[in-house]
Amino acid sequence: MTRRMFVIRVCVLLTMITGVNYIAWRWLDSIAWSAWWIAVPLLVAETYSLIDTGMFGMAMWRLKERGEPPAPPDDATVDVFITTYNEPVDLVITTAAAARDIEYPHRTWVLDDGARPDMRAAAEAAGVGYVTRSEDWTGKPRHAKAGNLNNALFQTDGEFLLILDADQIPDPRILHRTLGYFEDPKIGLVQTPQYFTNVDDADILGSQAPLFYGPIQQGKDGWNAAFFCGSNAVLRRDALMQLGIVGYVREVGSTVRRAIRTADTILARAAKEAPVDDPAVGRAITEVRVAARTARTELDAGEPFADVTYAFQRRVDDASTAVLREHADAIRADLAVIESIPVEVDAELGTLVVDEEAFDLLAHRELSPLGAIESVRTIASAINVDVAGEAQPIMPLATISVTEDMATAMRLHAMGWRSAYHHEVLAHGLAPEDLGTMLQQRLRWAQGTMQVMLRENPLLKKGLSVGQRLMYFSTMWTYLSGFAALAYLAGPVIYLGFGVLPVEAFGTDFFIRFIPYFIANQLLFLVVAQGVRTWRGQQYSLALFPVWIRACWTAFANVVMNRPLGFVVTPKTIEGEHKPPWRAVWPQLVAIVVLTLSVPVGISRLALGYADLGATLVTIAWVVYDLVVLSVIVRAARYRAQLTPTEVTA
Amino acid sequence: MNLDITEHGTTSAVLVLNGRLNLVSSPMLREAVADVIADGRTLVVVDLGAVSFVDSSGLGALVAGLKTARAAGGDLRMADAPEQVASVLRLTNLDRVLRVHPTVEAALDA
Repeated sequence: MTRRMFVIRVCVLLTMITGVNYIAWRWLDSIAWSAWWIAVPLLVAETYSLIDTGMFGMAMWRLKERGEPPAPPDDATVDVFITTYNEPVDLVITTAAAARDIEYPHRTWVLDDGARPDMRAAAEAAGVGYVTRSEDWTGKPRHAKAGNLNNALFQTDGEFLLILDADQIPDPRILHRTLGYFEDPKIGLVQTPQYFTNVDDADILGSQAPLFYGPIQQGKDGWNAAFFCGSNAVLRRDALMQLGIVGYVREVGSTVRRAIRTADTILARAAKEAPVDDPAVGRAITEVRVAARTARTELDAGEPFADVTYAFQRRVDDASTAVLREHADAIRADLAVIESIPVEVDAELGTLVVDEEAFDLLAHRELSPLGAIESVRTIASAINVDVAGEAQPIMPLATISVTEDMATAMRLHAMGWRSAYHHEVLAHGLAPEDLGTMLQQRLRWAQGTMQVMLRENPLLKKGLSVGQRLMYFSTMWTYLSGFAALAYLAGPVIYLGFGVLPVEAFGTDFFIRFIPYFIANQLLFLVVAQGVRTWRGQQYSLALFPVWIRACWTAFANVVMNRPLGFVVTPKTIEGEHKPPWRAVWPQLVAIVVLTLSVPVGISRLALGYADLGATLVTIAWVVYDLVVLSVIVRAARYRAQLTPTEVTA
Repeated sequence: MNLDITEHGTTSAVLVLNGRLNLVSSPMLREAVADVIADGRTLVVVDLGAVSFVDSSGLGALVAGLKTARAAGGDLRMADAPEQVASVLRLTNLDRVLRVHPTVEAALDA
């Protein structure tokens, strides 16, 4: 063990021992039950934070510093994907040209989800490939960036894929520095850091994430759980395709089983609604019902889905053909409107000549009179193995979340693939340039993470190790911090304003437990961070509390109640005048005002003899801490990235 | 990989694969399936007897072929998979969707 690891582990142990000691005392012996309505939420928030710290400590325990990467293979084939939707053509082409000039042999592709003619022309001029969605996607769910990548996977054939956001300019050596890890055949993903060049030292918007693209990823890596972060990562195509196949099988299974479960109900209703003067339709519906039941029995017996659905489709076809044969008039009418089917008009009699082939074509469910019974048609088409609701049957990148990267990585890990975090900046990108954009981006990340947690909870997901479960869960857990923040902000205000203390007393009992925990915790951060600045991140984890709460709520409404998330692509450049988006941060501004006002109120109460000196001083210190943390929001709202020289001269 | 097409009757075709069905050769399979279906041979049997290796891209081509065949009202079936192929099918659970028929004849008659 290195000296650094030894010190980290000592700090982790100290933090956990002092933390458990403090929280246990808080639960057992400090709650002011008369003020339970604030005492209990505050203690729950503190317990939440200790669990958060515990999972952080667990990651740090196995912090993995990989150092020099292994040498790359000689003959790997690589596709470099640059994903874009609406970013300026110049920005994309700058990235594409840098990608084209990557030294390791490869092919470069611009994946333009906006299908812009000028983007295509620019890509061709730059000598890189250009990919847009195929026709299969027309009228189907597009699945944002995941859909864009899934589409490109079927138009290219490299063994490895380097994925870059439109603004992430790669280093020429990026593939040389990452491909070597794939010599281990179980490695499916290599992630490198994201680093932003349009950010100054102060980094008011907290764009650089040195703690995440550093100790946290290295810690997760130690548990074989380094995350995929959507850009600056290399993926093994075979691993992705395997995910796609497994996902396809799962999708077919759930679609077919769901359709068969509901078939009976829907077909029973269709039978009732069938015209009484048309026994053929009634008979056909009965036949389809019998077919659906047979299909269910066969599936329960473990027959493959393709066989079961094929037999089912045949029976539905037979049933519709039977109806057709009894409806010659309707068929003629159909034929008259369907010009695409070659039908000849008899020159002498003026009637249509319908041959067997045309009959077969008409028996195709969408065209037949039976197909007019919409519910039967829907059911029949859902009991199939073609996943007709999606553009392509195989979706290698997960589409269950707006953060497709995290969901994909978790599925890779669950399938037994390994990942590596290579801690070396190999691409330089652009961060959001104002608070509004930044808020939108953070909201999207948080929403996506919560979607994954609600749809595929890592604690329950098969195939993950205990460490991997906790590494994924801890990221999701951090996004619950918005609720804890409410308690941390309300606590001091309630004492200073109303004299209600959530703790029995801020006496010696409190301090001898709290101070060691606080110090050990800060020490752990200090040792882990090794000089990188983590204060901005700490500020935002509290200061963005409304964003985290909104993300939890909207993700819940989306997953459980099928409401839309209101997903917006993060713009990379901003046009027009800059106005501080005060409205977007009103909860923080209210909190700042209330916290500030609580101080004179508290001092007045102390002067009038209603309050205790010690408690007032501790609470004011608490308010000052909250205000210092929240103040970043005011600075961020007023902030705008420095104009680039070209903009100044323009 | 080599790919030979033999026609059976008016509505069926057998694709005999030989070699490695992987990301390099899978487009060939996808195109062959699309071609025979465009010719009206909607029951496609893929003979895997001489396939030495299949990867996930190869499986992807089989699934894409299945979708194409079903869309045309037909079917795609596999026959005679060697152990490596069968084990990849099990690993990905694709054997839950597609049956491997013991022989081409059995696949055509199923």
